[in-house]
Amino acid sequence: MIINTQDTNFIKRFGYGKGLNNLNFANNTKPYLPEIDESYSSDFPNMIANYFAAQKANDKDKIGEIVKTSYGNFIAKRVGLALAAPIGFHERLVHFWSNHFAISVDKRVVTFLAGDYEFSAIRHNINGNFYQLLMAAITHPAMLEYLDQEKSIGPDSIAAARAADKGKKIGLNENLAREILELHTLGVDGGYSQKDVTEFAKALTGFAYIKPKQDTTDFSNVGKFNFIPQWHQKGSVVFMGREYSQNGYNQPDAILKYIASHPATAKHIATKLARHFCADDPPQALVERLKNTFLTTNGDLNQMYEVLLNSPECMDAKYTKFKTPWDWFISSLRAIGVENLDARLINRAMKTLGQEILKPEAPKGYDDIQSAWAAPDAIEKRAEISSLMVAKFMPPATPVDIAKAIFGDTLSENTLKIVSRAESKQSALALLLISPENMRR
Amino acid sequence: MKIQRRDFIKYAGGLGLSGFIPSISFANAATETRFIFIIQRGAADGLDIINPRFDKNYFSLRGDMALKDDEVTMLDNGFALHNSLTNIGQLYKDKQAAFIHAIATPYRERSHFDAQNILELGSGRAYEFNAGWMNRLMGLLPQNKSTEAIAISETIPAALRGNNKVTSYYPSNIKAPSDDLMVRVASLYENDPLLYDLWLQAQQTSKLATGDEMENAKEIGKITAKLLNAPNGPRIAMLETTGWDTHSAQTARLKNNLKQIDALVGQIKDGLGDNWSNTVVVVATEFGRTAAANGTQGTDHGTASCAMVLGGKVKGGRIIADWAGLSQANLYQNRDLMPTAQMYGLLSGVLGETYGIEPEKVAANLFAAAKPDKIIKGIMI
Repeated sequence: MIINTQDTNFIKRFGYGKGLNNLNFANNTKPYLPEIDESYSSDFPNMIANYFAAQKANDKDKIGEIVKTSYGNFIAKRVGLALAAPIGFHERLVHFWSNHFAISVDKRVVTFLAGDYEFSAIRHNINGNFYQLLMAAITHPAMLEYLDQEKSIGPDSIAAARAADKGKKIGLNENLAREILELHTLGVDGGYSQKDVTEFAKALTGFAYIKPKQDTTDFSNVGKFNFIPQWHQKGSVVFMGREYSQNGYNQPDAILKYIASHPATAKHIATKLARHFCADDPPQALVERLKNTFLTTNGDLNQMYEVLLNSPECMDAKYTKFKTPWDWFISSLRAIGVENLDARLINRAMKTLGQEILKPEAPKGYDDIQSAWAAPDAIEKRAEISSLMVAKFMPPATPVDIAKAIFGDTLSENTLKIVSRAESKQSALALLLISPENMRR
Repeated sequence: MKIQRRDFIKYAGGLGLSGFIPSISFANAATETRFIFIIQRGAADGLDIINPRFDKNYFSLRGDMALKDDEVTMLDNGFALHNSLTNIGQLYKDKQAAFIHAIATPYRERSHFDAQNILELGSGRAYEFNAGWMNRLMGLLPQNKSTEAIAISETIPAALRGNNKVTSYYPSNIKAPSDDLMVRVASLYENDPLLYDLWLQAQQTSKLATGDEMENAKEIGKITAKLLNAPNGPRIAMLETTGWDTHSAQTARLKNNLKQIDALVGQIKDGLGDNWSNTVVVVATEFGRTAAANGTQGTDHGTASCAMVLGGKVKGGRIIADWAGLSQANLYQNRDLMPTAQMYGLLSGVLGETYGIEPEKVAANLFAAAKPDKIIKGIMI
């Protein structure tokens, strides 16, 4: 499949819409691979070390600064990349998976871990296989903190026994185990029971990350995944009818490998990808093709993306997606040629639009269906942000030229008419950004 | 009714700008006569405002939605007035209100935006030229060059735009977003039922959020009267009202809108005091609505509607209507009230008689692009 500059509709459906700064670019046969340099240094180990030091010293200002700077740098970089990518399919995939393996900066400690999470755990693993991506996500400090895995200790572990000697009771926390099964892999109807959740939670005990040690300045390993055998629940577990009697890390790893290749997981992932790239209620044939590819390629994600790219359903005009606030925001900025945006502005805009970056209310992430976003208030908010954005970033081109360049064949006569008749350039561009063409993809 | 929709900038929860923002545009003309044009943007339903009770087809076409006897006040010739219009009803009794029915501009299609543009330009086609008929009217009147024009909105509506100097008044505590944007969003979504409906709902919601619409309407009336009373103040004003596009829940929405426009008129009259005797107010909409109810307790875009002429100099207490009837065969395109009166004919008559200019001259100067062949005369004292 060759994606060329002229393919406005493709870029709209698979990417983030044509960008005024990227009207011409080289043909691309593998748009799911990174289009631009995506390196990002969050200075992660030192940041974690500084955070814990500040926490220990109860230095609230310092904590606040670390959280704000790290999250701010991250969202500015995230937006910058999404604006710079000529097509944006790879970027969209990053954001899709980041939302699939959702964390939320609602939890303070997650805020400064979020940038590294999306860049090193998600972004660098979306072109491998599903198991790799799953492992990178669930072993990252952001996820371990967000879903309380750091608090889960095997009731029959060495650590629990020691605690009991001191009169303290520590035990299981099922949060991560449950969400891996329900949200990340098998899906809510994936055929597991509450007992399976508990058994899986036992197997996961010991999952932790390396924290800064006292009296050392070498933080190079800080933040890395750490399996702590002393926390791990002793003995075998029975999960979905099979016994796992491996010792230590091999036990949860065997379960994770099993669920990562399970048909229910294949169906769950296939459905979510099809929903994201085709329709809220995706055509069954597309879901089947994706599911079979997942199962026959051992969850090779690039193969899944190839299926999407080659599926006529994804380009069929009868299927459209109502843009999420993020989608709408990014495609709108691209349309008027914005290259970079200050973190404060991004945050304010996303807050107004109702989808702060990596801040969903629950581990299931942000919804990916029209009914979640197409509300009267949302339309008004988009009108509001449009006005502000065009006032701030007025491109030199005429609104009609921009409309034609960005929407190509998909530009309707009505929108062209309204845009060309608007009273001012500002009004014309703001109207273009909230036009039906730009509200959906 | 909402007098302009400027209440949408509430940026990021920070600046917190909201609330009703009026839009009155004034033109200064050296005369003691006051002329006020109130546009009802969105196509007001003439059949439920000046209600043809004598036409039995009204009841069958509107079904459950048809106004009940206790929702109207009988006027003359079988027509009744919507009960929400108490001040206007009193004006009728005092012979200071005339209603013209089955009236329309030359426009025969059903786009709000184009229709409003035509009604404001006094043109035959949308965007035929840039200057509006109210601006051309100023050219016919003696100008008082010493008086600065006044602004109340940041943008000037099309009816007032043109070569003659017009400004607008605008309260400083409220920041206006692009009026133009707001006005055009509905037409932007006219082929997109989902977005159109969401936008309408948003407009309703922001009304609720902006507090007391009724108080706002009264406030606008007071401001208008105050400005028109000022010794060197403007003598021509235009007010914009919206919310008339009642595709659904017409009964409640229309009632609400009518109460507000009635309060607005009441305040203008009270505020003008003695000057009311020198004042003429024309209320008009871009087109009417379907004769039949639609499936959502509302009505869709139609053709003819009604207009009102109010004021101390009006030969009122009359309904001027050449009624074609609401039987299927008599409807325009089998769906709308058949237009029998010409909007430009009414305006030519009213303005000519108000300012002592030959109505034909008014028609030739203001409405040359679509000159009315039926000028309504004898409407002013």
